[in-house]
Amino acid sequence: MNIHEHQGKELFRKFGLPVPKGQVAYTADEAVKAAESLGGSLWVVKAQIHAGGRGKGGGVKIAKSKAEVAELAKAMLGMQLVTHQTGPEGKEVKRLLIEEGAAIAKELYLAATLDRAKAKLVVMASTEGGMDIEKVAHDTPEKIYKIWISPVVGLRAFQSRSLGQKLGLNGNALKQFPTFLSNLVKLYQANDCSLAEINPLILTQEGNLVALDAKLNFDDNALFRHPAIVELRDPNEEDANEAKAKQYDLSYISLDGNIGCMVNGAGLAMATMDIIKLEGGDPANFLDVGGGATEEKVREAFKIILGDSKVRAVLVNIFGGIMKCDIIAAGVVGAARELGIKIPVVVRLEGTNVNEGKRILEESGLKLITATGMKEAAQKVVEAAKS
Amino acid sequence: MSILVNKNTKLIVQGITGKAGSFHALQCREYGTQVVGGVTPGKGGTDVEGIPVFDSVEQAVLKTGADTSMIYVPAPFAADAIIEAAEAGIKFVVCITEGIPALDMLQVKHFLRDAGVTLLGPNCPGIITPGECKIGIMPGYIHKPGKIGVVSRSGTLTYEAVHQLTERGIGQSTCVGIGGDPVSGLNHTQVLELFNEDPDTEGVILIGEIGGSAEEEAAEYIKGHMKKPVVGFIAGQTAPPGKRMGHAGAIISGGSGKASDKIAALERAGVCVAMSPAAMGETMEKALKG
Repeated sequence: MNIHEHQGKELFRKFGLPVPKGQVAYTADEAVKAAESLGGSLWVVKAQIHAGGRGKGGGVKIAKSKAEVAELAKAMLGMQLVTHQTGPEGKEVKRLLIEEGAAIAKELYLAATLDRAKAKLVVMASTEGGMDIEKVAHDTPEKIYKIWISPVVGLRAFQSRSLGQKLGLNGNALKQFPTFLSNLVKLYQANDCSLAEINPLILTQEGNLVALDAKLNFDDNALFRHPAIVELRDPNEEDANEAKAKQYDLSYISLDGNIGCMVNGAGLAMATMDIIKLEGGDPANFLDVGGGATEEKVREAFKIILGDSKVRAVLVNIFGGIMKCDIIAAGVVGAARELGIKIPVVVRLEGTNVNEGKRILEESGLKLITATGMKEAAQKVVEAAKS
Repeated sequence: MSILVNKNTKLIVQGITGKAGSFHALQCREYGTQVVGGVTPGKGGTDVEGIPVFDSVEQAVLKTGADTSMIYVPAPFAADAIIEAAEAGIKFVVCITEGIPALDMLQVKHFLRDAGVTLLGPNCPGIITPGECKIGIMPGYIHKPGKIGVVSRSGTLTYEAVHQLTERGIGQSTCVGIGGDPVSGLNHTQVLELFNEDPDTEGVILIGEIGGSAEEEAAEYIKGHMKKPVVGFIAGQTAPPGKRMGHAGAIISGGSGKASDKIAALERAGVCVAMSPAAMGETMEKALKG
């Protein structure tokens, strides 16, 4: 799960990480009021969407007067902000963060995340702050410094000092850095983050460290113990179909093609998308109905797939393990009847209770296309989607 | 004729009185696995269709001599269950539970390393040595005893591979589902090492998916050490970057974890990579004729 920058910065404050003063605004009026209460003569107007690269897309601008704050706020609110992470359609800006300006001496990068291969948390830092860090990692990997945190002894002060030195910090900032980093790691662990990223982390002209941005992602598996984080969810940032799927404990990702897919198991679901492509078709979605699907879940899955108007044909590919083929078959038949499905549906069943499942499909009298094996199923659905 | 589990394996089931736990405990027993006991705190002294239930793993091990545990405990308590099993002297833990927080698993993994205990999973379908021992949720009947090892993160995609092998008359030595979580126990490379040392495994199907770098690491091992033919498949060739495909680990991020890179690494290591998931069995048949 992701949250907005202004929410991330609230958490930063709680964990003693310095951030600029700022206020959220949902209208241009609120933006001006925020600027007034912040005071000063320079403000930053920042679009709040869950995607990186906002600056380049025109979602971060500096205002030198309150009139300019109003003007920028009006322009930004309601715009479709396109960045390299939003896709070409962009995301609508519905809220802004108005912040005091900062006197930047140096821009750094700092992040904590999970290193899967080492099974440890890793802290990554770079002197190339403010840049697209993926590009830095690719072009100049030597400019990214890493330290790994032992699950037994935790982050040690010497590690932080050494990282601070590599970042070229000195004086006051070098003294602040171990506490800063330790607080960031505490925040990460206390909230079950999967990413805590600051880009840029700035060194002010006064020699202080300030987090100018805050990007926090959370481990979905751990949300059960963080109700306060769940409260921060912004439904505007989620694909409506994906959110609906989540309610029914289905894993759904919408894609660009026209062949709807319903599969059990993430690996098989990905492989089904792959074979559709290999056979010359284009999948409209990834949908894993999971291991414990009921008839109701199958029906809901169908509704979600058919809710996508691009879909011209559907492939149901089930390899029953815990999931029994007869349950799936009953769900497919129920959904087909209830929804009056007009487009071709290809069903491939294998595994637990497969014969029972096939019998239910046959006796339904519905025009379902059956297939044995993934290849045949993919060929049939690709053909069906063309007609 | 197998790795990790065989007909002598003595299994207990943690979380045996839950719906999934009891169902699968009985399925495993029916397949022929020696299910010697179960654990549910507070339900010690009862039984599940003749399988004795204990209050703790310690008591279960003491009374039954179990060496292996299968875990169905709900996610918030699963990390504790794994550590309890290790403390009680269980040597091999198979954790089926999905949804365990990654930070919990970091601690568990380091604890197990010190304790010398092997973990499979979590969020995995389990392990089966056909004809001898099934520990997990896979449908037993699609398997056939034989000489091909299968290792995969995915459950149903593993069934697909097994089904294709069995249909061609090719049996399996052991099939291992390592699970789709970012922090887990046995990885592809460790399972390959075991298959490499197993005199009765003659070839291996390795099924990977997008995300992480486990397949690239497996390719390194295969290049340097593998004495047997390996057939590969990578799921997610058409997955878009930045979208998590069900498994917590299955995401292409920052340009790494792409299927094409994994396929290239495996091919450089001499692996025959099936481009279609429908061709895994066929590719293995060809590789064996070699």
